[in-house]
Amino acid sequence: MAFDTPKFATGEASVPETQTKEASPVPARATPRDPIALAQQKQINAAKLRKFADKVSTWLMPALTIAAFLLIWEVIANAFPGGLPAPSMVLMESQELIFNPFYDRGGVDKGLFWHVMTSLSRVGIGFGLAAIAGVLLGAFIGTVDLARKGLDPIFQVFRTVPPLAWLPISLAALREAEPSALFVIFITSIWPIVINTAVGVRNIPQDYLNVAKVLRLHPVEFFFQIMLPAATPHIFTGLRIGVGMSWLAIVASEMLLGGVGIGFFIWDQYNSSRMSDIIVALMWVGLVGFILDRLVAMLGQYVSRGTTAD
Amino acid sequence: MPKPILSLENIYVDFERDGVISHVLDNVSLSVQTGEFISIIGHSGCGKSTLLNVVAGLVPVTMGAALLENKEITGPGPERAVVFQNHSLLPWMTVYENVKLAVNKLYGHSESMKKVHERVMNNLDLVKMTHAKDKRPGEISGGMKQRVGIARALSMEPKVLLLDEPFGALDALTRGHLQDTVMELHDRIKATVLMITHDVDEAVLLADRVVMMSNGPKATIGKIVDVTSPRPRVRRELYNDRSFMSCRQEIVSFLEEHDQVVKFEPA
Repeated sequence: MAFDTPKFATGEASVPETQTKEASPVPARATPRDPIALAQQKQINAAKLRKFADKVSTWLMPALTIAAFLLIWEVIANAFPGGLPAPSMVLMESQELIFNPFYDRGGVDKGLFWHVMTSLSRVGIGFGLAAIAGVLLGAFIGTVDLARKGLDPIFQVFRTVPPLAWLPISLAALREAEPSALFVIFITSIWPIVINTAVGVRNIPQDYLNVAKVLRLHPVEFFFQIMLPAATPHIFTGLRIGVGMSWLAIVASEMLLGGVGIGFFIWDQYNSSRMSDIIVALMWVGLVGFILDRLVAMLGQYVSRGTTAD
Repeated sequence: MPKPILSLENIYVDFERDGVISHVLDNVSLSVQTGEFISIIGHSGCGKSTLLNVVAGLVPVTMGAALLENKEITGPGPERAVVFQNHSLLPWMTVYENVKLAVNKLYGHSESMKKVHERVMNNLDLVKMTHAKDKRPGEISGGMKQRVGIARALSMEPKVLLLDEPFGALDALTRGHLQDTVMELHDRIKATVLMITHDVDEAVLLADRVVMMSNGPKATIGKIVDVTSPRPRVRRELYNDRSFMSCRQEIVSFLEEHDQVVKFEPA
């Protein structure tokens, strides 16, 4: 994972030293006559080289593919002028947008950072509510078999409804743009959370259930001490899918709702035919989505450490 | 003869699957005195785990009754703590927290935090696991996990301690250590113990009485042997003890006899 690599890269200078210490308790600087020490030294050197090559390639390969991608794009864009702007054009036309994401001239004339922050705060509220409601609902249908039988078919149908299809209904019901946007995020991201939580709860090992029975844990204790931790890996799978879907939903719904936000920004630039700005905004959308996904994944790894170990 | 703490009276257990009834236990009766250590031995699948689960309250009886201090057992409870074969520690809690979960549940309402902490530490000390109290189950060995499982069960101060093949998954050396620990604990706290095993030496070494089960289906108690060897027992010396060897011989021949029956009657 590209996200873990920086901490290795910064510590690179010190790595060879610790390597030698750990790998060979036998003196590494041996006399040339000692064949075993020589062979060991050779092994250490080979391992060092392998590690170094591995580290370089994790950074070099993405750089190369991005460069190749930009080059192909540049060539194609120049071959068909009037279509999409070439990367060099984007860089020229959208300089301020790229290099100064923090400007604020009032109204909707703001740097991309502020647009993204507005969208993120909407996702935070909508997804946060979906996470709480989704886990509770998932735990409920995971435990009560009758509830699962009754609700599961409805959930399976609702979860396939595309985010934007909810928008007219929520606008009609809530009558205002802001709550409608939140509702669309909520309703889009809750289904994977509910379904995955229910699967996790249904798969709690019999051993843990027996422990709970012998101890006579009451339902609240059981929920916090056994059910939540045992289902944590499943819950986080749901949360990760959910956060990705909520980011999809917010960008799409902002396009229709207007105001501040990265989705609206893209739509606004489209209406004023500023293709370069849209391309810059797309990269922000992609990067932020990626970071959201990684954050939830990392949180999940931290919270569920130990749960899978036997 | 004092009143038994635990008595099983004419217990029948049947399981139903796809409309077919399989008879697992057939008229099992047993009385256990306070402080007694009972080993239950039999071939795998003979229903000895079912018998233990009946006492634990995890399996309902079809007919008959299991009585603890003259009260019928209707469900699981901490006064019949179980040490499960696969330790069943909660992997997201440390060793300390695993035991504390049990102590808190039983004494958390009535006792101070300090007292609860003392109880947890005392029980970890009994199985010599205080040094690893902040480790998670994933970080300690199988034998250590089982020790913590025993500490958790003991911390419930059960009237009857149920051991379900507690050492089945351990290597021979660790097994020996844990057997010594259990013997020592039994001598010290005079617990009433019901233990399932399929290891003849283990059964005799630990028990006051060894209960032999006939093969299922329709398993019942075939024979009960009293182990008269004096306590404390020392593993190395038992092979020179005549009564130990005769008990052992009796059990082995019982098991061999029933082994043949299985061959003619494939399940």
